Amino acid sequence: MGRKLLLEKAHVEGIRFFDAYRREGGYAAVEKALKMTPADIVEEVKKSGLRGRGGAGFPAGMKWSFIAKPEGVPRYLVCNADESEPGTFKDRYLMEFIPHLLIEGLIVSSFALGSNTTFIYIRGEYAWIVDILEQAIAEAHQQGFLGKNILGTGFDLDIHVQRGAGAYICGEETALIESLEGKRGNPRIKPPFPAIKGLWGCPTVVNNVETLAAVVPIMNLGGEEYAKIGVGRSTGTKLISACGNINKPGVYEIDMTISVEEFIYSDEYCGGIANGKKLKACIPGGSSVPILPANLLLKTAKGETRYMNYESLSDGGFATGSMMGSGGFIVLDEDQCIVKHTLTLARFYRHESCGQCSPCREGTGWMEKILNKIESGKGSISDIDLLWDIQRKIEGNTICPLGDAAAWPVAAAIRHFRDEFEWHVNNPELCLQQNYGLAHYADFREVVA
Amino acid sequence: MSKFSDDKMKEVEAIIARYPEGKQKSALIPLLHLAQQEFGGWLSAETMDYVASILSIEPIEVYEVATFYSMYNLQPVGQYVFEVCHTGPCMLKGSDNIIKYIKDKLNIGVGETTSDGLFTLKTVECLGACGYAPMMQLGKHYREHLSEEKVDQIIAECRTKN
Repeated sequence: MGRKLLLEKAHVEGIRFFDAYRREGGYAAVEKALKMTPADIVEEVKKSGLRGRGGAGFPAGMKWSFIAKPEGVPRYLVCNADESEPGTFKDRYLMEFIPHLLIEGLIVSSFALGSNTTFIYIRGEYAWIVDILEQAIAEAHQQGFLGKNILGTGFDLDIHVQRGAGAYICGEETALIESLEGKRGNPRIKPPFPAIKGLWGCPTVVNNVETLAAVVPIMNLGGEEYAKIGVGRSTGTKLISACGNINKPGVYEIDMTISVEEFIYSDEYCGGIANGKKLKACIPGGSSVPILPANLLLKTAKGETRYMNYESLSDGGFATGSMMGSGGFIVLDEDQCIVKHTLTLARFYRHESCGQCSPCREGTGWMEKILNKIESGKGSISDIDLLWDIQRKIEGNTICPLGDAAAWPVAAAIRHFRDEFEWHVNNPELCLQQNYGLAHYADFREVVA
Repeated sequence: MSKFSDDKMKEVEAIIARYPEGKQKSALIPLLHLAQQEFGGWLSAETMDYVASILSIEPIEVYEVATFYSMYNLQPVGQYVFEVCHTGPCMLKGSDNIIKYIKDKLNIGVGETTSDGLFTLKTVECLGACGYAPMMQLGKHYREHLSEEKVDQIIAECRTKN
């Protein structure tokens, strides 16, 4: 059984409230951190090797060290709780069940960065979680962990929760800042990066919920100890939200040394494919990352075991690998249609494109239309090539990564499942009645047996 | 026209006070949520102009925001809005069937409201409940692991509350 650092106490009775959280050792990280210098805290986070848990995987300590410190200008920490990547529901779980862990992480991180006003930007649909967080903030205030002169150190901090209103793009940090300023969520052109000019033109760090929560065990264990957990540059633990056609969907904390096969089939995690079906494909890191057929998911192209960590999941690049991304693990069984699934994702990105850049605004609409055509048995072979061409022209040609995020799922679907697209084109009536099935993506475990 | 009650105005002032002097526009998204909740579940031009006046910003600054975010209703909606997710993970778990079942049961299409003004059906993109699919948002809360029986129960529950 893997080590748990974030969710270990998530099921202790009453842990949502201060008393139980404190009794279980909560807020010790704040007591420790406030006796250190901000620079030393940043150093510990650097040593921990913690990588941003929102999807990009950028080293968190390095991101912190970029923040500008001009005289007389406030600095801000913003917690990105906009969790909107299809397949991802880990931050929700953390905030719902153990909200004080996030608040504790925010206090330590705000102190390290010199933020006296910190915002949690949460997706608007998580309306009931706002109440949970505000309750936790009020309790922390009462107990002297927030407000003026925290623990007599002279450090002041207020945390506010701000709801979004339904826009995937606001998970992109500059769009989030625009939204927090009361505007449309249009990503900004970078540079300047938020660390120089962010919220209201002030130096700002935006970090994901899970990243900021991980600062608590880093403080408690020390950066070096934290870095010993996991493997290589995949240090610490990672929350994985597993969904789709599995027996036990849910949020799991893993230490990144387990194999993908164990994660899917062991009873401790996903518990195997539901209804005795076979595994067809999987998107291992949220809808934006490449889908992989079963054989390439469980083993790399070189035939080595694939593991649930940053390096192994991306082994083979986009040709034969994928990405850890946000940890949104979507499993498709043998009955699922790749074309239809890709269509729902293309529709998602068309809906969520902010419309600033024409390749993304127009391209996402085109991709949805063409996929719809193929899915409804009206496509031609040249449509598959057109689809490939469009995704290639979106990728890398937009202000923010939404364009790439929209292009990659389509590219990977065609790359690995082109025969299924062609089958739709060649069997326009049959494809309305039945699915393509497994074809040559036979259940890997059976092949081995 | 309708205005916030004194109690709600206090809430409005508390929201504005979170931001530095002169940055009151940051309160726009929270205020539009509050306005939608207080003034009939949708944002009329009149309501948006009212919010603009509270924040001392131009009405266009409110319109451009209200039209960007999917949670704001720019047309009247029923008393209960079923927002059913149909993105990939929910589709894998049968959201298409749930949407069809609701359509047949309430005799409305997506985006429509029942003639008694009670129910509106909307489809939405991923709400972050993929492990508990299929699902819908109803007011402040999520209804997860939807089945036909569960949809029946939810509809009956709404009718009883009325």
